[in-house]
Amino acid sequence: MVPNSEIREARRVGLFVTCLVNTMRPRVGFAALRLLEQSGCDVDVPQMQSCCGQPAFNSGDDEGTRQIACRIIEKFEEFDYVVVPSGSCGGMIKTHFVGLFEDQSEWFDRAQKLAAKTYELLSFLVDVCAWKPEGVRLDAAYTYHDSCSGLREMGVYEQPRKLLAAVEGLTFNPMVHSSECCGFGGTFCVKYSDISNAIVGEKADDVLATKARLLLGGDMGCLMNIAGKLNRDNHTRVTVMHTAEVLAGMAGDVRKSQDD
Amino acid sequence: MQTHPEKFQENVAKALANPQLKIAIRRTTDRAESKRAEAISNFPKFDHARTQGKRIKDHVIENLGYYLTEFERNATANGAVVHWASDAEQARSIVIDICSRQKGRRVTRAKSMLGEEIGLADALDDAEFDRVETDLAEHIIQLAGDPPSHIVWPSMHLTREDVVRLFRKHHRNPTDSEEITELVDSARRELRSKFLTADIGITGANFLLADSGSVCTVTNEGNAELTTTPPVVHIVTAGIEKLVPSMAHAMPLLRLLVRSATGGEITQYTTFHAGPKRQNDLDGPAEFHIVLVDNGRTRMLSQGMSEMLRCIRCGACLNHCVVYKHIGGHAYGGVYPGPMGSVLTPNLDGLERARKLAHACTLNGRCQEVCPVQIPLPKLLRALRASSWEKKYEPPVNRLAVAGFVMLAKRPRLFQLFASVGVLGMRMFGRSGWISSMPLSRGWTANRDLPAPEKSTFLGQYKKFRDGRRPYQN
Repeated sequence: MVPNSEIREARRVGLFVTCLVNTMRPRVGFAALRLLEQSGCDVDVPQMQSCCGQPAFNSGDDEGTRQIACRIIEKFEEFDYVVVPSGSCGGMIKTHFVGLFEDQSEWFDRAQKLAAKTYELLSFLVDVCAWKPEGVRLDAAYTYHDSCSGLREMGVYEQPRKLLAAVEGLTFNPMVHSSECCGFGGTFCVKYSDISNAIVGEKADDVLATKARLLLGGDMGCLMNIAGKLNRDNHTRVTVMHTAEVLAGMAGDVRKSQDD
Repeated sequence: MQTHPEKFQENVAKALANPQLKIAIRRTTDRAESKRAEAISNFPKFDHARTQGKRIKDHVIENLGYYLTEFERNATANGAVVHWASDAEQARSIVIDICSRQKGRRVTRAKSMLGEEIGLADALDDAEFDRVETDLAEHIIQLAGDPPSHIVWPSMHLTREDVVRLFRKHHRNPTDSEEITELVDSARRELRSKFLTADIGITGANFLLADSGSVCTVTNEGNAELTTTPPVVHIVTAGIEKLVPSMAHAMPLLRLLVRSATGGEITQYTTFHAGPKRQNDLDGPAEFHIVLVDNGRTRMLSQGMSEMLRCIRCGACLNHCVVYKHIGGHAYGGVYPGPMGSVLTPNLDGLERARKLAHACTLNGRCQEVCPVQIPLPKLLRALRASSWEKKYEPPVNRLAVAGFVMLAKRPRLFQLFASVGVLGMRMFGRSGWISSMPLSRGWTANRDLPAPEKSTFLGQYKKFRDGRRPYQN
């Protein structure tokens, strides 16, 4: 085996936490940290980080988004890799920053370089680190929601399934329409709350139809949306978690929480 | 048709309150989705075909002037009369003028979205022509007095039960049966005599072939052929983006079109109309008119929307859109619904009126994934949002909220402070780990609970963890 110190020199990772993980579910941040360290990365979490800018970008405020993007580029370009525990925030940095700087060549180049080394967490662990969990156990049946940006902007589909297949005790109950949008859509879910509600209602039905007691995914926004809908409709048997929590052995005892 | 995209929210409320509508939409879109998936899985290298389709359309759009001139020259040589209309009003008046010159007033029409776009149905009614829609679904919505709710299945908002009721009320010799074949026969009896006695037939075009000057239409019912053969006059109304260089270019696009639209392998009828009846022809119209319509298309070219001109009107983006599936076509309030409509309507009816459509999308990217000519619909919808922002069409409250967000997000220290305080504030509203309502959260908590956050933010906890003051406990 290669000593840890050598790998550390090879792979310096900056963790972009995302606002939802930062505020709503810090456990996912610690899970990401643990997984990246286990896979041999030297991880740093810059304190001076905020949001990827999607709320401004998707509202049409390109100038505001550019200003946010510049701060992120400055802060993260020193790393070998930027890893994000979210397909949509990762997709923002990887696929959308560049387009903001089409007529500013210096920032365009910097955005392009940053894009090239930005990864969604789960696909990074598989595609770059060739890592898989060892000795992690969770006795539960899970189903999976493929968040749209992860799937279509970042190419995340097989990787989480592959990682979860290495967790002992887990069984997979596939869900119909697993790659159909859950209706979150960032600001969409509050601007068009009623349409979003109709969409997530169907998603919740699809989750329940799998009989799995654990719903996993890779994006906090979508997970909060589905979890919030399930809870509002009193379907408390299903626990909703970020995939990283399970992989890092931080899921606790799922069955126990289901019996509440 | 009258458009009302500015009433989007009211239209949506009405649509969501109608459980019948959701059933009607789902019946069609679920079938369309699975049939398309099957059709493309049987097609070798469908993605390659999509790229080819995109390239053909891009080539034409980049050389639009050249191909328009070539088409006009060849169509004229075939004996057609080519007319140019810069907007909907001009297009309507050209058609009405041609119709008014004829002796008879019976007009049959084959389904055409361009016809809807230029408001031809209302114009014919206002000029007191006897207008008959010959596509089965168009016939149904003509009886119902509804605008189309889908670009391929215009009556998809109606159920079979609705159709039974309409036919009993309006057909001269209706069926007692509710069987589909009986209903189709009833429509056939009703329409057959209209076909044979029509004076003028009006169609759209799926493709305009520049090198032969001919017009391609596809239908599954043969109604375009019956609309164009018996009458003395055939009028084609077509958007200028319908051009392709030749038959060899139309074919790959036809293959993409049918698979993306209905999941079939070929449409029942694919007809190339090349001019009026010639000397020794047994049938065909004596006059053949082609009205080429711009109506904002060249403006779209100059405003960064040229990719939208690739659209071949297959409807796949509607069938795969989660928003469309819940609200249906009428809620969009424009001629064209769904993702493609949300791009086209702001271009046709004005961004200020239709700006809400650009926002009524989760940007999930499924439409782009299924589009046979790879139109980046989410990118175009975002561009419309940016344009609406720049032109200050967005309401002040939204602008203020986004400006506040940007101000914080640019200043990570302040952002963190705000997040930490926010977390503490939110925790006050949590009950057994969930928040069911709190100030300013209505958009979320009207329909969903919000998980209550942990005691402090990740970055706050991480700082202590990194400084060794406290190991992280899960």
